[in-house]
Amino acid sequence: MLLGILGMNSLDCTPATNSLIRSEADSQRTLYPYVTGTSVVGIKYKDGILLAADMGGSYGSTLRYKSVERLKPVGKHSLIGASGEISDFQEIMRYLDDLILSDNMWDDGNSLGPKEVHNYLTRVMYNRRNKFNPLWNSLVLGGVKNGQKYLGTVNMIGVHYEDNHVATGFGNHLALPLLRDEWHENLTFEEGVILLEKCMRVLLYRDRSAVNKLQVLFSLCGIHTSRLLGNCCTV
Amino acid sequence: MFRNQYDTDVTTWSPAGRLFQVEYAMEAVKQGSAAIGLRSKSHVVLACVNKSNSELSSHQKKIFKVDDHIGVAISGLTADGRVLSRYMRNECINYFYSYESQLPVGRLVVQLADKAQVCTQRSWKRPYGVGLLVGGLDESGAHLYYNCPSGNYFEYQAFAIGSRSQAAKTYLERKFETFMESSRENLIKDALFALRETLQGEKLTSSTCTIAVVGVGEAFHILDQETVQALINEFEIAGEEAPADEAAAPDQADDSESSATAADQVTPSDPDVAPMDM
Repeated sequence: MLLGILGMNSLDCTPATNSLIRSEADSQRTLYPYVTGTSVVGIKYKDGILLAADMGGSYGSTLRYKSVERLKPVGKHSLIGASGEISDFQEIMRYLDDLILSDNMWDDGNSLGPKEVHNYLTRVMYNRRNKFNPLWNSLVLGGVKNGQKYLGTVNMIGVHYEDNHVATGFGNHLALPLLRDEWHENLTFEEGVILLEKCMRVLLYRDRSAVNKLQVLFSLCGIHTSRLLGNCCTV
Repeated sequence: MFRNQYDTDVTTWSPAGRLFQVEYAMEAVKQGSAAIGLRSKSHVVLACVNKSNSELSSHQKKIFKVDDHIGVAISGLTADGRVLSRYMRNECINYFYSYESQLPVGRLVVQLADKAQVCTQRSWKRPYGVGLLVGGLDESGAHLYYNCPSGNYFEYQAFAIGSRSQAAKTYLERKFETFMESSRENLIKDALFALRETLQGEKLTSSTCTIAVVGVGEAFHILDQETVQALINEFEIAGEEAPADEAAAPDQADDSESSATAADQVTPSDPDVAPMDM
């Protein structure tokens, strides 16, 4: 407990002074992110869910890695997209792989849907936040189960909600206003992709950490997840 | 069965490959008063006979709500049943906390069975002396399971456990093929008929039985006494044969009302049955 309080003080310090008063406990928990992903954007469309994110992993202000998959399928029904610390996302994927494995091991007709996965992640993120050792991510979780579409988000402090369109990071400021204007219930797949492409283009223009290689995942009612990758060039 | 030199510990096998302590635990289930379960595609009905120690005491609680979508009827050592119900409620609540959705019945039943199995393989434990009829709703429809003290579980269309349950089973065996497509009302009526079989001549009134229902769009709940009495009156009017096929008919006969309000029947206590078994 005492070590935790020492750690709290160092959060207020700049990295310069921090290095002088670093306690042993600090090496046991996340202080700041290193390799990060930027925005993720997700929408519901007529037949399911669409998620888009670029494939960049930034190392501070350097656009270091350009083929990072920040969108992944989870189980039979869900898709996850992550922004923030990439290594924490990889850790989250390990948690989710274990979760899905245990779910499959029951070998009954039941399976965890996107709502269940979202809630599980919320509990994980919030618990880590309470221990002052967060998983430094903002996640988008979407999927379709039994014809029901689900799209939600959860971030490193445990704030979570569902909506018809969600985004992380800069996407909140640049993409959501576009989506609020142009999203409607009956978007076709093509219209959805065009809408997401519009959002990603604006993000490429205005977000320093965006790269020009995209990943788009979709989840269909009644069909398992599939994915498509695309390149987009700067105009 | 008779006493033998292999029945002292649950961890001792007999030469024939039997665990006698586990089998004795199953005997305890047979001593409890009857509990019956049946299910259709969309509903599960649990019914049990009320037994009380004496005319002065209240009757034992044998049906427990585990969650909105799961309920359980027990037969055997009620204390064991109560403890297991608490375990089941805990599991359901914890699952909902983590996943915000309901624990599938099939999984709860497996957890229960695994818990019972542990007690058959520890020298410092004893098997649970209670049989559980677990009825609940899943994504895949309505289910009825029976959990044994042995750690086995089976899914059933309809089942009866406890004393004189064979009479109920005979009735259910005749009719079970119709249950899947049965309406909620007919399912309850069949449960009451099956229950009556176990009473063997005793009067079936709402004070001698408890009925509980769970279904699609209907949370698990125990029917109140008036509802049960109304249903009893309905089918007693229709006669001994098949349950009434028509929808709820208004109560007509006064004589069945007055006979129903006669002094509550209490089963004379069986000297072989320990007081704790109900």
